[in-house]
Amino acid sequence: MNSFFSALLLQAGYNAALVAIGAALLGFAAGASGTFLFLRKRALVSDAVAHATLPGVGLAFILMVALGGDGRNLVGLLIGSAITAWLGLLLIEWMTRRTRLAEDAAIGAVLGVFFGLGIVLLTVIQTMSSGRQAGLESFLLGSTAGMLFQDALVIAVGGTLAVLSTWLLRRPMTLVAFDADYAAAMGYNVRRIDLLMMGLVMAVTVIGLKLVGLILIVAMLIIPPVTARFWTERSHKVVWIAGAVGAVSGYVGAAISASVPAAPTGPIIVLMTAALFALSLLFAPVRGVAAAILRHRSFQRRVHMRQGLLALSRQEPIREPYTLRLLTREGLIRPDGVPTDTGRAQAAKVSRDERRWDIARQVHQDAGLTGRYDGLTPIEEVFTPDEIDEFDRRIGKPFAVGGPA
Amino acid sequence: MGAEFVQFSLTPILIGSLAAIACALPGNFLILRRQALIGDAISHVVLPGIVVAFLITGIVSAIPMLIGAAGAAIVSVILIEAVKRLGRIEPGAAMGVVFTTLFAGGVLLLEQSDTSSVHLDVEHALMGNLESLIWFRAEGWHSLLDPAALATLPPELGRIAIACALVALLTMVFWRWLKIATFDEGFAQALGIPATALGFGLVITAAIAAVAAFDAVGSIIVIAMFICPPAAARLMTNRLETQIWWSIAFAILSAVLGYVFAGYGPLWFGAQNAVSAAGMIAAVSGVILGLACLYGPHRSRIGVGREDAAV
Repeated sequence: MNSFFSALLLQAGYNAALVAIGAALLGFAAGASGTFLFLRKRALVSDAVAHATLPGVGLAFILMVALGGDGRNLVGLLIGSAITAWLGLLLIEWMTRRTRLAEDAAIGAVLGVFFGLGIVLLTVIQTMSSGRQAGLESFLLGSTAGMLFQDALVIAVGGTLAVLSTWLLRRPMTLVAFDADYAAAMGYNVRRIDLLMMGLVMAVTVIGLKLVGLILIVAMLIIPPVTARFWTERSHKVVWIAGAVGAVSGYVGAAISASVPAAPTGPIIVLMTAALFALSLLFAPVRGVAAAILRHRSFQRRVHMRQGLLALSRQEPIREPYTLRLLTREGLIRPDGVPTDTGRAQAAKVSRDERRWDIARQVHQDAGLTGRYDGLTPIEEVFTPDEIDEFDRRIGKPFAVGGPA
Repeated sequence: MGAEFVQFSLTPILIGSLAAIACALPGNFLILRRQALIGDAISHVVLPGIVVAFLITGIVSAIPMLIGAAGAAIVSVILIEAVKRLGRIEPGAAMGVVFTTLFAGGVLLLEQSDTSSVHLDVEHALMGNLESLIWFRAEGWHSLLDPAALATLPPELGRIAIACALVALLTMVFWRWLKIATFDEGFAQALGIPATALGFGLVITAAIAAVAAFDAVGSIIVIAMFICPPAAARLMTNRLETQIWWSIAFAILSAVLGYVFAGYGPLWFGAQNAVSAAGMIAAVSGVILGLACLYGPHRSRIGVGREDAAV
């Protein structure tokens, strides 16, 4: 536990601190740029992009060795991965535009084929004399154990740049994500912005390769935006909340993995994100499951209350156990089922409300007003006092429960 | 095509082809229903399923692992549905959330449980091991008639053959229902076809195919087989029956050519070692799809889409 807090406070060594900051920046960039893909309903494009980086890594390694250099140069590998990822993106775009295949088929095809090519190249590298300890497999799942200062620097610098670009491009990207036609009418080049959006995702993917690996970077791009969506209805807030979710997961995840043995950084960060997602799914104020259950319960309560009071006003016996419990608890009936004075008063009020609605629906054929009759809305919320007075004149004088004296 | 071919290449080619067919068959319906990426999701969650099966049973053996993988696939399908409904999240994102999380859980379990001593690692799960499924006892074509030699066939062959037969059988039995429900779900429901259950059954069938194929060709390559042959077939014809036959043909072609290129291709270029057969099969299926995209007789959208495509 102690080592966890020292990692959290960046006291667990220079390297761990660099990784934690790098992971937070990467998480922020991934969450924010993933938001636009999510809003554009293209979340899984990131999956194809990530898998399409693998052949690039392999090709770059082979090329660098062929040119007599060190195949493991990170910048070279990242440039290679960016090139094939970009190629994969263009192929997805080309397939969906030029053929009748749907986007998901294009995504899946690019994903599977590029990954297959990547695996072929990895087996080629394994047979090269300089490739035996290439460690390129770490790109599959990420590795921080062997992270050098140079790697951490790439993540930190790249993450900062990605955050900056997301911020600069946030307006056009939001517009396109929500309403591409409107954006086009405003004079934006939708296709170029789409490509920019995916280019940003590609950049984040490439930067994240070394940290979480190509399979898990997808999680960093998809889960934070989905999580953020539970907390707000506003797009610009989704972007920042998603960024925050990604940053917190990256930071805390890196700290946990630095302090616990055999805790690989990538999976821990992803599971942190998933935990935040699960919490949001259950407990977010408006869209969460708990809130929905509470809303349903309160609706149920109001319906039973109303029906119970109406039954009281008609002096009908109530048999529904939940209604009985409700009315007893509110002190509207005595345990033997006889209404109390408050109960009688409220029943009279409800029954009057009901009769007013009857009249209102006869008088006003306007569905906009009377359409709000659902047996629960008090009539005072829909009509003005003058109108209600008019209804009352038609009903006659108020009377106590039990019918007119 | 002598004894060496039978010993080293016949069984991998057969296993590869059967795996490709088993995946391509349900893939046809998945791509028409725009659920192509279900195969992607399933192939990722196979890993945690296998790790959990290993942790429970403590042995590396095919049957518990296949059960574990199939269980994980079913759990993931249910979870995706739950996230979609409870969170009101669009399907693609819901899928992404679930399969990446389960995959991360699988990797973590793998690292924590020190399974590195046994033959259970992520790379194997991803890349498969087609090349090693050779038939040691075969001495030539006549071994096909020799019961003693046949008994030593790689067990993967039997498993994938059964899975492939099961998938084909299910496809034939539910053919009419699948066809109607795929093209017009509302009409299917009006006819009294349980379209929702059918859709779930299709996904489960895909999971069975994926898990059986995973054994031999690895989990990620399975996605290529789910999508590429059916997608290429879709560009060849407008009839579902014909599309299925095309997809089977493309699947077999990918498996055979892919294996041959992987095994013998490097030798043609003077290299010493074979490359990953599973990877090569996926690559060949991609080339076939690419050709279908360029030259397939029914490649373009008819009607509204065509104007879009012209822009």
